[in-house]
Amino acid sequence: MRYVEEFRARELAQKLSAAITGEADSDRQYNIMEFCGGHTHAIFRYGVQDLMPKNVRFVHGPGCPVCVLPIGRIDNAIQLAEQHEVILCTYGDMLRVPASGRKSLLKAKASGADVRMVYSTRDALKIAQDNPEREVVFFAIGFETTTPPTAVAIKQAQSEGLKNFSVFCNHVLTPAAIQNILESPEVREIGTVCIDGFLGPSHVSSIIGSQPYEFFAEEFQKPVVIAGFEPLDVMQSALMLIRQINEGRHEVENEYTRVVTRDGNRKAQQLVADVFELCRAFEWRGLGLVPYSALQIKTAFADFDAERRFDVPGIQASDVKGCECPSILRGVKKPTDCKLFGTVCTPENPMGSCMVSSEGACAAYWSYGRMRAPESVEVKVESVA
Amino acid sequence: MSAVIKRFPVRLDTRRGTVDMTHGSGGRAMAQLIEELFVKHLDNELLSQGNDQALFPVEAGRMVMSTDGHVISPLFFPGGDIGALAVHGTINDVTMSGAKPLYLSAAFILEEGFPLADLERVVVSMAKAASTAGVPVVTGDTKVVERGKGDGIFITTTGVGVVADGVNISGNREQPGDLVLVSGSIGDHGVAIMSSRENLEFETSIESDSAALHTLVADMVNAAVDIHCLRDPTRGGLATTLNELAQQSGVGMKLNEDAIPVMPAVAAACELLGLDPLYVANEGKLVCICTPADADILLSVMHAHPLGHNVAIIGEVVEDAHGFVQMETGFGGSRVIDWLAGEQLPRIC
Repeated sequence: MRYVEEFRARELAQKLSAAITGEADSDRQYNIMEFCGGHTHAIFRYGVQDLMPKNVRFVHGPGCPVCVLPIGRIDNAIQLAEQHEVILCTYGDMLRVPASGRKSLLKAKASGADVRMVYSTRDALKIAQDNPEREVVFFAIGFETTTPPTAVAIKQAQSEGLKNFSVFCNHVLTPAAIQNILESPEVREIGTVCIDGFLGPSHVSSIIGSQPYEFFAEEFQKPVVIAGFEPLDVMQSALMLIRQINEGRHEVENEYTRVVTRDGNRKAQQLVADVFELCRAFEWRGLGLVPYSALQIKTAFADFDAERRFDVPGIQASDVKGCECPSILRGVKKPTDCKLFGTVCTPENPMGSCMVSSEGACAAYWSYGRMRAPESVEVKVESVA
Repeated sequence: MSAVIKRFPVRLDTRRGTVDMTHGSGGRAMAQLIEELFVKHLDNELLSQGNDQALFPVEAGRMVMSTDGHVISPLFFPGGDIGALAVHGTINDVTMSGAKPLYLSAAFILEEGFPLADLERVVVSMAKAASTAGVPVVTGDTKVVERGKGDGIFITTTGVGVVADGVNISGNREQPGDLVLVSGSIGDHGVAIMSSRENLEFETSIESDSAALHTLVADMVNAAVDIHCLRDPTRGGLATTLNELAQQSGVGMKLNEDAIPVMPAVAAACELLGLDPLYVANEGKLVCICTPADADILLSVMHAHPLGHNVAIIGEVVEDAHGFVQMETGFGGSRVIDWLAGEQLPRIC
């Protein structure tokens, strides 16, 4: 596979590994938060940690769209499918996420609800076109990467005059979440979590560009390197971060130049701006209510908003007792710190969202890295702030 | 003068006809379906005796028996169909004991409304697969369920075979130091199926690897080596099969990602869909575990057979109380190769 395997080359990885070991100051710890689940997945799938010196540690961030959705919203989706008898279309990862009362969309489907896995918003539109007598709701989740396709679907539904298609919107925004983590007491005051820099999202940044990270890099004095999802991208970006940290810089740098520009994809941004507006506050699992961190459908497209079309009550649902997903999503705890990890919570029987998606930290630890547990995964978190 | 009365004056309409409830009722319509479709194509001496069972002499020694249900969607896919698959799948399950497969049975569950043309196409394909393999379908059964209570057609096949004296192949015989061989490229079947699924159609030249492996296994067994384990990595792919074997034998494994054969087109399709070829199904591949000395012999034997031409040593068996299957990645790191959890789902971002 050309243009993919080049970014997974062992020889280059070894050279980068040597460079990182050479440049990382052995007297200090480097705590690098990879915001995106895609990076978490790459780190574990390719064994990137094995090529890093012991004092460079990856802290897994909340950028797994499945993981950060609060349970109440999944309860809402199940209600839409069961009580309003809609055809509920969603991306595959959502199906297994645990909801209240040990339910999930997959279990709702098994009990007779019409839940369908789709690969794109176009599939959902087609289902609506093919079933004019049924209400079809697309359960939209994800960061800025998945938002433009939802915008396109809504616009297309409007132009085609589709009367039976709507979107249950749960699109969230990356910069707001990163800022929230940096403002959290654990990071700011108590010093229990030390984050020295961020690996910035790759696909998200292809849409929004690198510019939106400039404010908080400056404000919080934390370097950001936009990194591609391939393992060499991750290592190269880690090296760039280590250099910035060593030199006391806190800039936004772009390693993923083959895709990301400073301004991003203007056309996609315009599409999103046409259909969506900022929602005053949105609840994130792990982060709580985060101001202006999500999108809602504009009034002009109200007909396609499932929350206006159906009764979608706000549901306050709590996590399973003992589940540490909220702390894991903030980087405060590691999966192995959770009592449920690997005991009652496994990918076959997930208790928390981080164990569901391959991008979730717990699933990555369990599926790819548990031969390391607990000795070498255990890295003492020290505050150098 | 009396005219010859035909048993079924009107022939079964295999062009436009469909399965209906009478085809499973045990009456004349069912008899006609059996005679004009199943027996016509699957014809052999034992089947055409028309009994509810097949009677055959038993060779001395040990027999093996295995059964497999086939519920695949879509029914017809690049490189095969449910009929051929139902023959190959059960022959392979019998064969993984080192046995010579002898006979198959086939039970069909048909959904009301299923086109007889499709049924005939499936049965013709089954007949061809069985006769190519030299393993006849000698007895069968047909049931019909109401529309909406099936998915067109389900086929369950059972096979019997005999194992030669001295052959002792079992999932619990792995020893630390053994080598792990795979007979060819992985993931072909699963990707071929996915490429033809209704909501996921993409263009690819990949065909299912669906094949009966008994002649390959016969060559391996005849090489006078002590094969410890054989298994065909079907559902759940290579990763799941290796985990099953490691657990059964109470050992671990260390694999080398660079050594695992994956066709570039399969790798590309998996990349696009966010899947891992290690977990994608195969229907014409086997995993073999044996000592390094036997591996040398088996490599040349397998390499000489068309179904083992791309054989590769992909790792070794190690002592490990946890039973972890680990892999050195092509990138130079290491990771666990876990059991498949749930279904492999495409990643969304």
